[in-house]
Amino acid sequence: MSGLVTNGSVLLTRFVSRFNGCTKRLSSHFTYFPDNGKPIEGETTKMNMMQAINSALEITLKTDDSAVLFGEDVAFGGVFRCALGLQDKFGKERVFNTPLCEQGIAGFGIGLATAGATAIAEIQFADYIFPAFDQLVNEAAKARYRSASQFECGALTVRAPCGAVGHGGLYHSQSPEAFFSHAPGLKVVVPRGPISAKGLLLSCIRERDPCVFLEPKILYRSATEEVPDVDYTIPLGKAQVLREGDAATLVGWGTQVHVLLEVAEMARTNLGLACDVIDLQSILPWDEETVCNSVKKTGRALIAHEAPLTSGFGAELAATIQEECFLHLEAPVARVAGWDTPFPHVFEPFYLPDKWRCYQALVDLVRY
Amino acid sequence: MALRNGVSFLRLLTLRQSARLLTTHTRPELQNGGKLAEFPGAKAPYVTEMRFLDETSYDPIPIYRVLDNSGEVIDRNEEPNIDNDSLVNIYKTMAQLSQMDKILYESQRQGRISFYMTNYGEEGVQVGSAAALQPQDLVFAQYREVGVILYRGMTVTELVNQCYGNHEDPGKGRAMPVHYGSKQHNIVSISSPLATQMPQAVGAAYAFKRQANNDRVVICYFGEGAASEGDAFAALNFAATLDAPVVFLCRNNGYAISTPSSEQYRGDGIAARGPALGITTLRVDGTDTLAVYNAVKKARAFALENNKPVLVEAMNYRVGHHSTSDDSTAYRSVEEIEKWTKDESPIQKLKLYLERKGLWSDEEDKAWLKESRDNVVKTMQDAEKKQKPHWKEMLEEVYHDMPPRLQKQMQQMEQHLKKYKEHYPLNQYQSD
Repeated sequence: MSGLVTNGSVLLTRFVSRFNGCTKRLSSHFTYFPDNGKPIEGETTKMNMMQAINSALEITLKTDDSAVLFGEDVAFGGVFRCALGLQDKFGKERVFNTPLCEQGIAGFGIGLATAGATAIAEIQFADYIFPAFDQLVNEAAKARYRSASQFECGALTVRAPCGAVGHGGLYHSQSPEAFFSHAPGLKVVVPRGPISAKGLLLSCIRERDPCVFLEPKILYRSATEEVPDVDYTIPLGKAQVLREGDAATLVGWGTQVHVLLEVAEMARTNLGLACDVIDLQSILPWDEETVCNSVKKTGRALIAHEAPLTSGFGAELAATIQEECFLHLEAPVARVAGWDTPFPHVFEPFYLPDKWRCYQALVDLVRY
Repeated sequence: MALRNGVSFLRLLTLRQSARLLTTHTRPELQNGGKLAEFPGAKAPYVTEMRFLDETSYDPIPIYRVLDNSGEVIDRNEEPNIDNDSLVNIYKTMAQLSQMDKILYESQRQGRISFYMTNYGEEGVQVGSAAALQPQDLVFAQYREVGVILYRGMTVTELVNQCYGNHEDPGKGRAMPVHYGSKQHNIVSISSPLATQMPQAVGAAYAFKRQANNDRVVICYFGEGAASEGDAFAALNFAATLDAPVVFLCRNNGYAISTPSSEQYRGDGIAARGPALGITTLRVDGTDTLAVYNAVKKARAFALENNKPVLVEAMNYRVGHHSTSDDSTAYRSVEEIEKWTKDESPIQKLKLYLERKGLWSDEEDKAWLKESRDNVVKTMQDAEKKQKPHWKEMLEEVYHDMPPRLQKQMQQMEQHLKKYKEHYPLNQYQSD
């Protein structure tokens, strides 16, 4: 897994960061590190993350007659174009708009799944998933448990664009994964790019448990990779080690993985240190084994996420690392996260746990 | 729910205060030659007369009934064609339910089960609607629909086991009493959060609609209090726009715990919301089992044939307390309760109807009440002796496969119980 991300992306990196520096709006606080690894043999096509998600949805609609795709503005392709062309291919009964009501979308999806259909619901922004919180936490998560498996809604997948986008302000930037990580019965998944998005989304759709699939929206167009054309899945509940080293373990998910990959490069260049970089991928249930094995090897852990620090999912990771790796730890577990404020508009560059904040935390960690 | 026009204006003039009528109730002159305006959001003509509408602008939706309160059929054409065995079965289920309620309510008072909710006064809505459905129709219930569940064929034994949470409870003792469910009988497991089942029912109906040669509808029960939840609006609107074959059955029993319906809404009940959302709607006398039967039978046929929702509001009175945690005399009078217990009891009305038809007698009634009472008592005695499920069931079925972290927690609890077993009621639970 360690060779998954190319080292040769430095050139592209420089180009992208120069380009971004010229743009007027702040649109990128990170450099994208494309995957080089192939999860499956066969033909590939260059796709951005939106196209990779579209490909996963198309495969599902083609292979599963019961599958339906719905949400606000899905019919014309979705406001992020993830459902582009699907209504033309599969009909209005299978790809359709709902009224503008998130609790209805989630409840409707649970009902479809209860009756045996594959339900792929879209919440337009993760910021607007909270009206559906009751349906997801009290209903979807508990359906199998409370009925002792007589009923379940495992065929439900709720997709929602999440994360910072440069100018999203309070309600187009949130990362709500920690809220859902406290709901036994749900699976919560965040991809880091096109290849992982397609494989993880197909896993979520076929998983026997209800899944919340959070798509970092800034990657929809900015991330491009050679994505396998065929059907493939990436296992849920498993983290991926993207880089290997012995100086520290850097853990993140979604866009933040790319920030940490750059921080690992900065540490190699500036400090001559090699770090483990782990993409957690699944927030719930999460891969304790991979994370703790890495920390036992390196003795140091840095966790970074865009969501606010207090009760962010980093807290869960830090507590578990402390519990499982106590004798191996050479320094306190470091958490670099969004500040404990709502997500601000013009202050986004100061809000995000960018590479400089993560780098300094890593320097402090290795010098402790 | 006809918008009052000039004709009804004249009719109502004699009935209503003139002050109210002066401000409304005349058909305004239409502009644009009566042609509709071209806004995409509504198909309507222009007018120059400014007229606000309110809850008095429409006639109240009438209440459909078949029987009067002496069990006499009012209009012979409306008498449903139900065979004698089924009629007796409907009655017996209602009476059985009432007996079960009595005994389980008492058993909660004695501390033998933790919680209970009775169905008094609403037996007619429950069993009348259940009889009008097909066994393959999927039921989403709120919690006060045990008559539906009994009529569907879940046994008193299964229900009592659920209340005791013993190892024969189909839900493995995880949920509070009265949260029944049965895959076999197409009754989706009940959950406490109100109205959450409503948009779910729409989704299930949509899935049925997509199946070839579909012969299933979904029926979704809810109280008038639950209808105030956002999920209720979501469900009605989704059902209408997505053309789902679902029958919404609202049990309007006048109270949501202590809150009277006058504090729940200001419009013409729940039924008035149906046409406003484009849903075919009927209001029915919920104490009249035959009227409910007719209404749901027709609603089912309409929903299936047209792939469209139907809303039925059954007017009722919650004769019992809200639950065993509630004393309803704290917020309503005993006289009010009495009226609905005596004159408007659905069980009594149906019994009188059956007697008129020569299908039932006092002797048979006494024998049946005794038989059903004895059945419940014996079932309870058995249920009490049964052990609760193994404690490990607490950690099972959260997911399809148990995640490693949960496996670890199970081991932790196992180790803990080895050391501290005397501090836990393990003898009441099944063991390895």
